Amino acid sequence: MIRVENLKKSFGNNEVLKDISLTIKPQEVVVVIGPSGSGKSTFLRCLNLLETITDGKIYIEGVDITDKKTDINKIRAEVGMVFQQFNLFPHKTVLENIILAPMKVKKMDRETAVKKARELLRKVGLSEKENCYPDSLSGGQKQRVAIARALAMEPKIMLFDEPTSALDPEMVGEVLEVMKQLAKEGMTMVVVTHEMGFAREVGDRVIFMDGGYIVEENTPEELFNNPQHERTKLFLSKVL
Amino acid sequence: MGDEMLTLSGGLLEKMASSTGFRFDLIGEYMPLFLKGTLYTIGISLFSIFIGLILGLFIGLGELIRNKLLSFPFKAYVAFIRGTPFFVQILIVHFGVIPIFLGTTNGVVAGIVALSLNSAAYIAEIFRAGIQSIDRGQMEAARSLGMTHAQAMRYVILPQAFKRMIPPLGNEFITLIKESSLTAVIAVPEIMYWARAFNGEYYRVWEPYLMAAVIYFILTFTLSYLLSHLEKRLATDDQS
Repeated sequence: MIRVENLKKSFGNNEVLKDISLTIKPQEVVVVIGPSGSGKSTFLRCLNLLETITDGKIYIEGVDITDKKTDINKIRAEVGMVFQQFNLFPHKTVLENIILAPMKVKKMDRETAVKKARELLRKVGLSEKENCYPDSLSGGQKQRVAIARALAMEPKIMLFDEPTSALDPEMVGEVLEVMKQLAKEGMTMVVVTHEMGFAREVGDRVIFMDGGYIVEENTPEELFNNPQHERTKLFLSKVL
Repeated sequence: MGDEMLTLSGGLLEKMASSTGFRFDLIGEYMPLFLKGTLYTIGISLFSIFIGLILGLFIGLGELIRNKLLSFPFKAYVAFIRGTPFFVQILIVHFGVIPIFLGTTNGVVAGIVALSLNSAAYIAEIFRAGIQSIDRGQMEAARSLGMTHAQAMRYVILPQAFKRMIPPLGNEFITLIKESSLTAVIAVPEIMYWARAFNGEYYRVWEPYLMAAVIYFILTFTLSYLLSHLEKRLATDDQS
């Protein structure tokens, strides 16, 4: 579903991703962990070209998205993204946040979009908030709206960039719950997170990144219980 | 004729007039011309702010082009207009630019063109700053949903930026009304033109210039009152 070949990314002279190769299968939940500055967020942002890559290839469903001829907007419409800072549109209500892209990008008529949005709001447990503005929501509610907004485009893949890092501890659970539900439904997901419990419980595969490389990848049980590399052990000893 | 006015308006004015030498009768005589001038001031200001807004939006967007070669002309334009006195600009437009296009010059046209070109540069800066003040995550969220750059600008960035631009745009409009007084030197029959004519005809100082000051103050004060009203309404319109 996603194939990454020798991905490199530099910001000026600072090489953040040094040589990343990875294949993600349909319906797989891949959790990316690693110390801050290891390049995991940058890696995720490369997957929908929010960062222009320096070298290498990324294929999504066989399409080379790094090819200049590829319509990146079409790819992005099929790859949902959830941000650490939610990035809801503050001038629009919850409902308007969700229906905007389906109406403008997919040219969906308003009625259909609203119907779909209400279904999604029910799914994330926020039906009663559809006419609220983002500012009146708690962090956890905002993030659930952001997930619903991404899902409204009916993406084939969902990318999560530290979705719970900006949340108060008591709100982390409600967001993870929605993500678990999504994983259960068979969504292909790439999740950058510090929630090791989530990685263990939901992840099909855990990737440990450090210094711009994938140091180690394995099933959650293997990686957490039996890490092979020193750096992995060191990191896990700090976070577990 | 002046004496008639004084007797009509009663003893108080007469006393003031005789003790200070202030000639209300002359103001009365010039009143119709001041009123006509006020209409000119309002007219050229409205025309100019309208053209300035459109030009300013394009120049502001031009300044934001990533390609330095392409954004250079826009930045140079803003730098030139901001770095030279408006007085000089009026004379260049009046005696230089307009004759090239019309064969002869025309004070009102030159006044509107000079004011538009001048305010466009300041408005461009307001647009640029307004757009840049919107969090980068807003653009990223919109793009990640598959919107084009133009769609993201139109539906997400600009609506939020416009609201932040209203106070500085209001200030610019007020500045423009005041600066329009300089078009008197190219014989645009606006407020200051008649004040100077008044001064020339009767060799009076306080009457014409105080009168002009009062009219300008009424114009700008009314405008700033309306603007603060508009700001409050927009602030309660939605909570962001």
